[in-house]
Amino acid sequence: MGMTIAEKILAKKSGQAKVGPGDLVTVEVDTVVLIDNSFNPNRWREILKIHDPGRIVVVFDHRVPASTQDSATAHRTGRRFVEKFGIKRFHDVGYDQGISHQLVADCGYALPGTVLVCSDSHTCSAGVFNCIARGVGEPDVIYSAIKGETWFRVGETVRYELEGRLSPAVTTKDAFLQIAGTHGDHATQNIEFGGPGVASLSIAARKTLTTMGAELSAEFATFEADAVMLDWIRARNPQPMEAVVPDRDAKYAAVRKVDLTALEPLVAFPDTVIENSKPVAAAAGTRIDQAFIGSCANGTLDDLELAARVLAGRRVAAGTRLLITPGSQQVFREATRRGIVSTLVEAGAVVTPSTCGACGGGHLGILGPDETCITASTRNFKGRMGDPSARIYMASPATVAASAIRGTITDPREFLQ
Amino acid sequence: MKFKARVWKFGDNINTDLILPIQAFYLPAAEQPKYVFSANRPGWVDQVKPGDILIGGKNFGMGSSRPAARSLKNLGIACLVAPSINGLFFRNCVNFAFPAIECPGVHDAFEEGEIAEVDFEASVVRNAARGVTLEGHRMPPKLMALVKAGGIYPLLEKEGLIAPKP
Ligand code: SF4
Repeated sequence: MGMTIAEKILAKKSGQAKVGPGDLVTVEVDTVVLIDNSFNPNRWREILKIHDPGRIVVVFDHRVPASTQDSATAHRTGRRFVEKFGIKRFHDVGYDQGISHQLVADCGYALPGTVLVCSDSHTCSAGVFNCIARGVGEPDVIYSAIKGETWFRVGETVRYELEGRLSPAVTTKDAFLQIAGTHGDHATQNIEFGGPGVASLSIAARKTLTTMGAELSAEFATFEADAVMLDWIRARNPQPMEAVVPDRDAKYAAVRKVDLTALEPLVAFPDTVIENSKPVAAAAGTRIDQAFIGSCANGTLDDLELAARVLAGRRVAAGTRLLITPGSQQVFREATRRGIVSTLVEAGAVVTPSTCGACGGGHLGILGPDETCITASTRNFKGRMGDPSARIYMASPATVAASAIRGTITDPREFLQ
Repeated sequence: MKFKARVWKFGDNINTDLILPIQAFYLPAAEQPKYVFSANRPGWVDQVKPGDILIGGKNFGMGSSRPAARSLKNLGIACLVAPSINGLFFRNCVNFAFPAIECPGVHDAFEEGEIAEVDFEASVVRNAARGVTLEGHRMPPKLMALVKAGGIYPLLEKEGLIAPKP
């Protein structure tokens, strides 16, 4: 019996010919991403030795620019760490900064067939590059940085065969909402994406799917490689690489088709995305105080461009605020060059620096008691974006932008045909 | 590690943001436990006694990589038993040496307030009043050793790889 993509990478990186569901493996880690949270004075444990500084990436993203004394201290500690170990891949506040998972894509840090860890649950995002990437605990990240290895439990794999092509007002966020709504969580399982529909999707669109794997509690979410993806990496990273293809006789827990052509705009209702998605019409008319587009799932150039297409020549409704956070300063710059940012700002959107900010309810765009928000970000748990009494609906950037114009949850097909 | 105490029950898909809400996220570890379940079960932290046992539902601890397991441990919870524990949360249970057992059927074997007897290393959970004994998944030896060492930081500290706690 053959192996799935995740199983093949886990086998290779643990030095075994074969691994299967139920195994516990110790694997070599190729890339360790440390984020500003880890350097927080209440949490940081000073590292005395690093396995290989060339494998480390340091990113400030959760509270950027520093929003409190405490986060400023964390940033300072991070800078000293980078200096002490001579870490080259450092993304400080400024030109190179961004949300870690967006930067991994911008910079081509995740190579096919490799293992990447970071202490943020949406690290699975990097699986778009045919690698295995996982959010682990902060102590795990420190351990990996020091020892160059970590452990994983091998889970079974569910494969999604993407078919057809998205229609103009529908995005891969809707594809995700469809999967979460129909199949619920994928706890202990890996997700593998492939099929003829992949070719029509940009890297950004694919990345939304892998990033949202965290909301399904998946172990890993991984795409099959294709020329578009390999070209993306080659343009950004000169290192040699080898794509991993699943064996023909790989064993899957399930193989499910997703017909992109048949998808319609969906919305997840508050508190969870698990079996909680409905067509936008089911929530249409719900008044919203805040609309948010951003995060490591929906802060790409594609997402900003889509929002701009909906908002061009229109205005955000009175009584509603629209916040938009580019995934990285590179995305921000490119969106500025293309005139996307001015379209958004003319419409009344507040465009923020690249940060986790509103997505994590940490320091920016926080929701007040009883407020309602519709978000194109990653997570809609109770209390996620501020007060626990706030209600958070989740949808695509197109649906969020359309809703901001009306001030109520709105089907984006009204604006995009 | 053996425990015998009253149980508190929670449902399916309890998430990390309920255990360690953003309002407590950046506070010192010692102050975080006060906020556990403040959104879904306010006042609960004042009723819990050190040594109590938590019984969860399916996919306990879904969500973020934040050190939520540590808050349960610091609150004095002796042990978590749930039919399934989220993969990332489970890692943090190991990382912070918080005993956690995946044990199918456990949710139906107890009413809140009943007494559970747990043998962590053998992965056995007993409700003596009902005469029910359940066997959970055994923690792999490598991870059990980590828990017994007190978790990752004490281990790295002992090996001289991180500085002692300031
Ligand atoms: S944008 Fe949100 S989900 Fe993504 S890394 Fe930041 S806080 Fe986590």
